[in-house]
Amino acid sequence: MTIKSWLDNAVQDAERRGLPNLKPLLETLARATSALRTADWNDDATGESESGKRTDAH
Amino acid sequence: MPTETQTIAGLARALRAREITSAAVTEESLAQIAGKNSSLNAFIAVFGEEARAQAQQADKEIAAGRYRGPLHGVPISIKDLLDVRGTTTTAGSRVRTGHVAESDAPAIANLREAGAVFVGKCNLHEFAFGTTNEDSAFGPARHPLDASRSPGGSSGGSAISVATGMAFASIGTDTGGSIRIPAAACGVVGLKPGYDEVSTAGVVPLSRTMDHVGPLCRTAGDAALLYDVLRGIAPQEPPPRREVRGVRLGIPRDYFMAILDPQVASSFEGACDRLRSAGAAIEDVRIPHANDIAPVYLHIVLAEAAAYHATALESRADDYTPNVRLRLEMGRYILAEDYARALRGRDILKREVSAALEGCDALFLPALPIPAPKLGVATVKVGATEEPVRNITLRLTQLFNLSGHPAIALPCGHTLEGLPIGGQLVGATGKTRDLLELAHSLEPYLAPGISR
Repeated sequence: MTIKSWLDNAVQDAERRGLPNLKPLLETLARATSALRTADWNDDATGESESGKRTDAH
Repeated sequence: MPTETQTIAGLARALRAREITSAAVTEESLAQIAGKNSSLNAFIAVFGEEARAQAQQADKEIAAGRYRGPLHGVPISIKDLLDVRGTTTTAGSRVRTGHVAESDAPAIANLREAGAVFVGKCNLHEFAFGTTNEDSAFGPARHPLDASRSPGGSSGGSAISVATGMAFASIGTDTGGSIRIPAAACGVVGLKPGYDEVSTAGVVPLSRTMDHVGPLCRTAGDAALLYDVLRGIAPQEPPPRREVRGVRLGIPRDYFMAILDPQVASSFEGACDRLRSAGAAIEDVRIPHANDIAPVYLHIVLAEAAAYHATALESRADDYTPNVRLRLEMGRYILAEDYARALRGRDILKREVSAALEGCDALFLPALPIPAPKLGVATVKVGATEEPVRNITLRLTQLFNLSGHPAIALPCGHTLEGLPIGGQLVGATGKTRDLLELAHSLEPYLAPGISR
């Protein structure tokens, strides 16, 4: 799931549950998730990202 | 003799020699609580009768030659997140109304066995999920030097109780800095032991893979005594201070020094200068993925907290304070794949901390980038930038909850306004005792002029 899809769904669900004040927190979380997913140690099934393996060698 | 000026080690010698009684010391602690708690709101419950009975029992045992050790007869406070048998564990929340602990948490049982006197349960940020102590069902705790400021959190009441002479030490918990942040803000010592060294059974969890139990107290020597007792080990005498010459400290400068209040930076550099002058070798070290700390931490703490609170959020949502409820709800939206990414990131960061420690006796950095923040503010100006209070207060401590390395906050000077500044030493995995011995040796150089 892309972060945009996740955020749209989460905000919609929060509003449905009567928690509209959750929206800015979810937007903050989305930025943190974006940073998490783009960290260079993430694995990639295509084998394109090898930086995580290099870091493992520490 | 005012209790503020005494250490546990000093008090223990006087109690054992029967120069002073536990009853008298406990009465003094209770008097401090009675005089100051209405303005500081450090305690949720005060155990007056029980404490007096425990103190009298300690005096009888000591007089009869049944001395249990350096905590025997010493007044201690406890964060209201740990179970004490027969009393309510509120966790600072209305959600816990009516909960009464059937037995002591193992850490508390060890203190009881060591003869400690329990003077009461301390205020905290609700469910330990915050760094300011503002969101508590029992109202905010207030900084002992400036009531308009936060004492830090989540173990804010604990830090106040030690700083003001209400107790000689307090038992707190630390999931992202909740012992070290209030210790730094209030000018006391706070130890987060290594992960899983002190039992977290009988402690209301926040994030089970990052929760730690540890002491807040006045000196590193006292922290060493409490560290042993909390683990159920007979406490050793504090070691003689080692030579500073030859001590090797690593400063993780890049990320950790990038956003610091100028007075915190100045105090920290002053401590470095004094340590260098005394012969310590100080070198810069790197945590290559330090910029990933906050997102990794956030995804783990939110997901694990949400797992614990999900049922209560459905049935008792209105009993949470609004801010804590919203942050817990945020955690319910984290995807499993992102939690898994964060776990991998934690492994990377843990290895990087261990690598930075190779060749060093400890890492040295500030514990809190700012002095105690004002209550009721969402952001704080740090140098040229405006930072969210929660983010900036966690910035220098949360890595070591992720990694599990032992870390201790120590007084490291004051601002021009007199607010405390804290330094932090971080030790290698499994070397908490070595870290405490080092802290005991270095603390006179961090805050010169304080008698220990």
